[in-house]
Amino acid sequence: MIDSIYSLDISHPPDINGHFGRFGGRFAAETLMGPLKALEEAFYEAWKDETFHQKRFHLLKNYVGRATPLYHAEHLSKEVGGAQIYLKREDLTHTGAHKINNTIGQGLLAQRMGKKRVIAETGAGQHGVATATVAAMFGMQCDVYMGREDTERQAPNVFRMKLLGANVIPVDSGSATLKDALNEALRDWVASCEDTFYIIGTVAGPHPYPLMVRQFHVVIGQEARAQCLAQTGKLPDVAVACVGGGSNAMGLLHPFRDDDVRLVAVEAAGHGLESGEHAASLAAGRPGILHGNLTYLLENDEGQIQGTHSISAGLDYPGVGPELAAMLEDGQLDLDTVTDSEALEAFKTLTRSEGIIPALESSHALASGIRIAAGMNPDQTVLINLSGRGDKDMNTVFDRLHDEIEGSKA
Amino acid sequence: MSRDRIAECFARCRNEGRSALVGYLTAGDPDVATSEELLLALAGKVDILEIGMPFSDPMADGPVIQAASERALEAGVLIRDVFALAAKVNSTCPDTCIVLMGYANVPYALGFENFSEQAARAGVDGVLIVDIPPEEGAVCDHALRKNGLHRILLLSPTSSDTRIKLASDAASGFIYYVSLTGITGAEMGEAAAIEQQVERIRSFSSLPICVGFGVKTAEQAAKVATFADGVVIGSHFVSQIPLHCNDHNAMVTALKKTASAMRDAVRKVAV
Repeated sequence: MIDSIYSLDISHPPDINGHFGRFGGRFAAETLMGPLKALEEAFYEAWKDETFHQKRFHLLKNYVGRATPLYHAEHLSKEVGGAQIYLKREDLTHTGAHKINNTIGQGLLAQRMGKKRVIAETGAGQHGVATATVAAMFGMQCDVYMGREDTERQAPNVFRMKLLGANVIPVDSGSATLKDALNEALRDWVASCEDTFYIIGTVAGPHPYPLMVRQFHVVIGQEARAQCLAQTGKLPDVAVACVGGGSNAMGLLHPFRDDDVRLVAVEAAGHGLESGEHAASLAAGRPGILHGNLTYLLENDEGQIQGTHSISAGLDYPGVGPELAAMLEDGQLDLDTVTDSEALEAFKTLTRSEGIIPALESSHALASGIRIAAGMNPDQTVLINLSGRGDKDMNTVFDRLHDEIEGSKA
Repeated sequence: MSRDRIAECFARCRNEGRSALVGYLTAGDPDVATSEELLLALAGKVDILEIGMPFSDPMADGPVIQAASERALEAGVLIRDVFALAAKVNSTCPDTCIVLMGYANVPYALGFENFSEQAARAGVDGVLIVDIPPEEGAVCDHALRKNGLHRILLLSPTSSDTRIKLASDAASGFIYYVSLTGITGAEMGEAAAIEQQVERIRSFSSLPICVGFGVKTAEQAAKVATFADGVVIGSHFVSQIPLHCNDHNAMVTALKKTASAMRDAVRKVAV
């Protein structure tokens, strides 16, 4: 039996061609249009099939570890001195981040479609690890594209994927980061769509990916909504999530869209928006077309995609899910940005006050959530998506905080 | 547009009993000045010149054309240079058709109205945007039509009959049949299978059909020319550039020689 908190209704659907307002769509090469249509049909058909969901929720419960807890961060709340802060503990899932909710769903779909091989793109490596994990479990061949620069920054995750039996292919084209890994995965898929399933890791890409990935992640918000009601007797006043492509944000925020809850998306401001070195597509970009969808992009005047920067590799992407762009323009979403230093500060604060080491991505949501909570009353609640754990970030944090923690020799 | 040069071109080829030769180069590769020489050299040999608009993320292209885009962007080529190069080709070779080819975000950033006006003024005949399928035509169709530009669409081995009909209705000028499921510059498939697909498209559309992706040798071009209205050579022409990166004269000479061989290949056969 699937718990009744997990509604299977597809609310706020896109139009027939995958448009959310003026965003989204299917801006793909002709060769991919057939496979995308087949994928869309397979997704809708599976979604209507009770046995598909039974398998999915069986794995979400017994393999992923859902439902993840909702944790009242009392010490942090006290320290901040404002609203009560609640953390949705996606960091406690198998593989350490929310990404696996989606790879379980797409993996089952791949199996259902009879595909023997899966491919994925990855930035920080979390989606790659989550894909390699389900590929190992389902016995599928797995190739993961990863920018050369990211394979060096995230070496432990590369090793994890290889341990899981995946083949990690470093990408040297373009800027050798996440966007280029996505290009390379698309090039692979154009040639291999007959027997290969492309597991996209975020709510971007051509239709049906933004819809499909959202639907596989809404369990986050559905659980959080029920848990808030159970623990506090009411809905949260504010829900906060970080946004790179936007998968954890859509997962948390979507189930609150028809409620009186303020929804906040937090983008990576890197060295500051004015520095030009950031990854804040919604805050500082403009609409354009990339990777199969119309959405906000970071680009120059000529429409060439720009390099991005964030301390968190998972937010380091020049685009954003089209539905988030539509929600922002419709006034359904508030936008906040957090710099590298602010994220690191929040990382330290949570670690010391609650004994929880968050991912640097999630630290952006924390920094914003803490700022918002500070201006609210103690009888109000702020819900923050703790989308992943920080183990993978030790090298980055070590470089930044080593002297401070160990005591500077100077 | 005062004349429909693309229609004239295919009529002329039919009369001459041959296929049209369609050649591709990326604008601004390896730099604007050399690119002008190369484009003019190629324009003298082909019936239709495809001028690629460089893009930072060319998702449908193989390594050869990706590298061409990177060289052009590194050389600082701008969209206004692309229009200037097209205008130069147009004034020098008035019978050669010009098609701008590329990815949606470059014209979208400029605005399709503005883009189409400037393209038409430069003498461009048609536009092929790889990542705008018929379903997404709302972003560009009106502006292209208003400025008399053909909207050239792709079809591929994965296109269903329904999609062939859809594309045939939305396309004008010609249909570009992608001969393989893959990216530009990959290995061409069986000619017989490609011929079968071309015949399938013909049952839905009266537009001329050009076949591209993977045609590298004169033999392949000659074979494709027996059943297609046009043969597109892209990566093979572009690959001459890095081969002669230190000697621009040799680069132009090599391109001319390759283009002549392809021109002979598509002429030999009687359709």
